[in-house]
Amino acid sequence: MISGAEIMVKCLEAEGVSVVFGYPGAAICPFYDKIYDSDIKHILVRQEQNAAHAASGYARCSGRPGVCVATSGPGATNLITGIATAYTDSIPMIAITGQVRSDLLGRDVFQEADITGACEPFVKHSYLVSKTEDLPRVFKEAFHIASTGRQGPVLIDIPMDIQTNEIEEFVYPDSVNIIGYKPNTKGHAIQVKRAIDAIKASKRPLIVSGGGVLSSGVKLKFQDFALKTRIPVISTMMGIGVMPSEHELYLGMLGTHGKAVANRALHEADLVIVCGARLGDRAVAAPHQMSENTTVIHIDIDPAEIGKNVKTEIPIVGDMRNVLDMLVENIGDYTVPEQWQETVKTWKKDLFKTPPVFEGYVEPRTLVSHLSAMFRSKAILVADVGQNQIWCANNFRIREGRFLTTGGMGTMGYSIPAAVGAKFARPDRDVIAICGDGSFQMGMNELATIAGNNLNIKIIIMRNSRLGMVRELQDKNYEGRHSATILQGDPDFLTIAKAYGIDCAEASSNEEAENIIKGIVDSDKPFILVCNVYPDTPSI
Amino acid sequence: MQYTLSILVENQAGVLSKISGLFSRRGFNIDSLAVGVTNTPGVSRITIVANGDEYVVEQLEKQLNKLIPVIKVKRLNDGEFISRELILIKVHCAAAKRAEIIKTAEIMQAKIVDVAPSCVTIEYCECANRVNTLIDLLKPYGIREIVRTGTVAIDRGTASVSV
Ligand SMILES: Cc1ncc(C[n+]2csc(CCOP(=O)(O)OP(=O)(O)O)c2C)c(N)n1
Ligand SMILES: [Mg+2]
Repeated sequence: MISGAEIMVKCLEAEGVSVVFGYPGAAICPFYDKIYDSDIKHILVRQEQNAAHAASGYARCSGRPGVCVATSGPGATNLITGIATAYTDSIPMIAITGQVRSDLLGRDVFQEADITGACEPFVKHSYLVSKTEDLPRVFKEAFHIASTGRQGPVLIDIPMDIQTNEIEEFVYPDSVNIIGYKPNTKGHAIQVKRAIDAIKASKRPLIVSGGGVLSSGVKLKFQDFALKTRIPVISTMMGIGVMPSEHELYLGMLGTHGKAVANRALHEADLVIVCGARLGDRAVAAPHQMSENTTVIHIDIDPAEIGKNVKTEIPIVGDMRNVLDMLVENIGDYTVPEQWQETVKTWKKDLFKTPPVFEGYVEPRTLVSHLSAMFRSKAILVADVGQNQIWCANNFRIREGRFLTTGGMGTMGYSIPAAVGAKFARPDRDVIAICGDGSFQMGMNELATIAGNNLNIKIIIMRNSRLGMVRELQDKNYEGRHSATILQGDPDFLTIAKAYGIDCAEASSNEEAENIIKGIVDSDKPFILVCNVYPDTPSI
Repeated sequence: MQYTLSILVENQAGVLSKISGLFSRRGFNIDSLAVGVTNTPGVSRITIVANGDEYVVEQLEKQLNKLIPVIKVKRLNDGEFISRELILIKVHCAAAKRAEIIKTAEIMQAKIVDVAPSCVTIEYCECANRVNTLIDLLKPYGIREIVRTGTVAIDRGTASVSV
């Protein structure tokens, strides 16, 4: 005989899960009792939301679904923001929650919350398991759904009695059959042919790359395609890292917070190939950014994204991996017209500018732009939300590494837990988290997780004593009335770091900051650098 | 533009709330909704009549298709399907007016299913337009209560929406 809780652990093992992030409670105790004996590492976070963010960071760096676990009621509701963030960012995730006994469901007993109901708008799918026998199928389906098609979070809510009941034996299914879920990954040959013809006929083609290129794991193939055709590339925030920042064909991030040259390229292109991006309102805020006569080719695994935000002439539904293969196969030796290549070259020179320095402060954009060179080339940078995110997005000179941030949901407090997840996925790589002083205080409870597991994560706090991005908005649209955006009562972050036993330092100039960083890049211990930033530093 | 969607779903807990939730979340209005089992065990059909422009309908179909328990979504083409609603109307009916009301029901091919001293109940199964016509005809007598199902619809000819 085998209990539901043991089956849960065995399902995770069968899926090759080696680490889960979570926080226990009574309703999930049967599971915790079994994972205690297993080889799966359980990482205790300090707030459930961060278990989900850590699972997100893990998923993005490992290419496999991240797993987070919480108890019923408040544990489960604490997960919601993390689940919603993963949903908007299309991150594969399995969220497991304990639930009150099934015979008590609906009676509002202690720590009962309808979590499948509450999460409905934020999950790709969810299960409230009603029989222990169903667990293997549910897990198999959940992992399949989370990691195929447009990736996303799947919630499995498991009442206590389902965890404690025993059944004869454990058999993990080796295939799934969900009749309503058969994502189309192949890419329609005729549409691809139309796309090829349109590309060949265009004078000023442009690629917009999104997170989809990264989640289908075809970064290098994508770069080859751009290089072969010489089509310039701009990216959405989620697509940063698809091309090395210094690449001659890369013109930066588009959108309201993006690079002027990227927006200019979008405006002047006569053909735009959108690759795995949904082009949210922050990316293409005003329809006039794209000119009336631009031909749009949109490649996406999710048919519902095509035509949702921009008018599309040539839709191609499919996985980037397959569609890229088809494009490469059929493009021949086409290259972009000379004149457009020349234009791109001149724009490229304008991509990075050196911002003015404020005496007595760290200039954050300059610091970020030098960061990559100080770390190893495959470094993973996790940016939080706020001005710090924009500074990072526009100035980090990514090489072969990753840039992680929540572009879709913009959840403050993402960077530190996501960095934890990234580090577990990629212990061999440098992991850097950059956050604002506001967002740091939303994620800093995970310093305990970092200290407790001696995770080599370097944290940089951009201290402007402001909720800088909102403050900037108030300056622009609310006559500079700084309602609730001046941070008062903040602790001394160095003392906080020390309290966790984490080494730390403070910098008030770029030279100082860079010297400190150079001194710690090779250490295998966590570090917190507090940078004093001039409060009126603009985002762009 | 009014349109009719025929949706096949796996018959599992929460499907209906997922579908109705999708409409409300995305600001789409539902005019009518009807659910029932099909000849395939475990599969139900939901028929939805709603309003929206071409963009809205297309988005809706795509979003519905994304729901895991949704097996098939089809927009029924105007003029190429048969639709029916069932209505029960309880009409105020003084003895003097009874013959007149029964006549009206007969003309419309509706059925009197219950009679009481001061009212009659009429059953009618027709497309939404004709149902509305009957209601209009009966209004002057005083309608006490209306119970009306959502629209169900099926393709004309050999076309079908099946698993
Ligand atoms: C959870 C959450 N709450 C509120 C916001 C709104 N918001 C966006 S940016 C920002 C300010 C962030 O301040 P800080 O972390 O100090 O970064 P800065 O802009 O100063 O670099 C706020 C409050 C948000 N994105 N997420
Ligand atoms: Mg700040």
